[in-house]
Amino acid sequence: MSKEWPLWEIFIRGQHGLSHRHVGSLHAPDAEMAIKNARDVYTRRNEGQSIWVVEAKHISASNPSDKGPMYEPSESKVYRHPTFFDIPEDVGAM
Amino acid sequence: MYAQMVKSTGEGVKSRDEMSPEEAAFQDRIDQDIKIEPKDWMPEGYRKTLIRQIGQHAHSEIVGQLPEGNWITRAPTLERKAILLAKVQDEAGHGLYLYCAAETLGVSRDELTEDLLSGRMKYSSIFNYPTLNWADMGAVGWLVDGAAIMNQVPLQRTSFGPYSRAMIRICKEESFHQRQGYDIMMKMAQGTEAQKKMAQDALNRTWYPALMMFGPSDKDSVHSAQSLAWKIKIDTNDELRQRFVDQTVPQAEYLGLTIPDENLKWNDEKGGYDFSQPDWEEFFDVVRGNGPCNVDRLAARNKAWDDGAWVRDGLLAHAEKRAARKTAAE
Repeated sequence: MSKEWPLWEIFIRGQHGLSHRHVGSLHAPDAEMAIKNARDVYTRRNEGQSIWVVEAKHISASNPSDKGPMYEPSESKVYRHPTFFDIPEDVGAM
Repeated sequence: MYAQMVKSTGEGVKSRDEMSPEEAAFQDRIDQDIKIEPKDWMPEGYRKTLIRQIGQHAHSEIVGQLPEGNWITRAPTLERKAILLAKVQDEAGHGLYLYCAAETLGVSRDELTEDLLSGRMKYSSIFNYPTLNWADMGAVGWLVDGAAIMNQVPLQRTSFGPYSRAMIRICKEESFHQRQGYDIMMKMAQGTEAQKKMAQDALNRTWYPALMMFGPSDKDSVHSAQSLAWKIKIDTNDELRQRFVDQTVPQAEYLGLTIPDENLKWNDEKGGYDFSQPDWEEFFDVVRGNGPCNVDRLAARNKAWDDGAWVRDGLLAHAEKRAARKTAAE
């Protein structure tokens, strides 16, 4: 049996200057073909200005079961949000 | 529905007392509409049922290219040809989105493909019916894609993240498919007497196979009960079928065509139409492999896979050679 083509994760930057966003994956023999295939699979309706492809095996991910301790530090720091501070209206726009 | 009669665990839904702590926590997340992601813990039955359902759905998109691909070269105008080509290309894309969602559950693309080619995995029964003339392109887009949308819209809220995201993307694109079909039907229905007859004939042949797409009644099915509890399935087959009929009847009336059902009648009490069930014996026979086109469809997919082997191998060999050359140069 033939070997399967490697899996690539596809990231597309849309029209409005936003960051590249993960849209899905596909199989391709190499990066060049992955970009060509990504054009056909993920930008048939003009969704993209730029395509990134990364072989899936090169992506490391956080473990979902660590979610609690991983993000706890940010939960207790409400002062990071501007609304934490009461500024008198007389001060004007800030 | 593009996935019909997907088997779940077959054991019925577990009560809270029967669940392990992990299973209970998992069910809590589902009940709170928190999406399940590939690396999250999930019951083995959930994983397997999803692979079956998403796989069957993906296979349906891929095999679904065949009845329409059949008419690309014979479309009546260049514009119709270009539109049909774009639609069939979308179906390939939809198959790919779904395969990639299934792969996040730990099954490989080639395993799924081989299960389709060997007949171990099914695809929707609708694609085992032939498309005999151009009016069928209208009826397929209008009714078959219409039924698919009816099923896929609620699935955008399905509990498994990658499946839900694939469905959102597919639904965005699918509406074009149904409209292009209805557009063909309008043209034919407003055309010559002969064209109108063709449109009516296509509706007559497609109506019941389209109703079969939702699968037989599953109100007593343990498989469906589990899938509903896991939010892999959102509505029962009968609910979806009813919604489809209610939406489609006025569309047929607008075309001046007649739904081939003497029992079709508005029921004020339930706020929907009463209608005849399709011939479920025929449905089971088609699922068993005895529909008019089962053999052709699988033969076409097998041929495409076998004929493409040298391309897949060749491109991979080329990529490996280039990678090796690059490493040597460094």
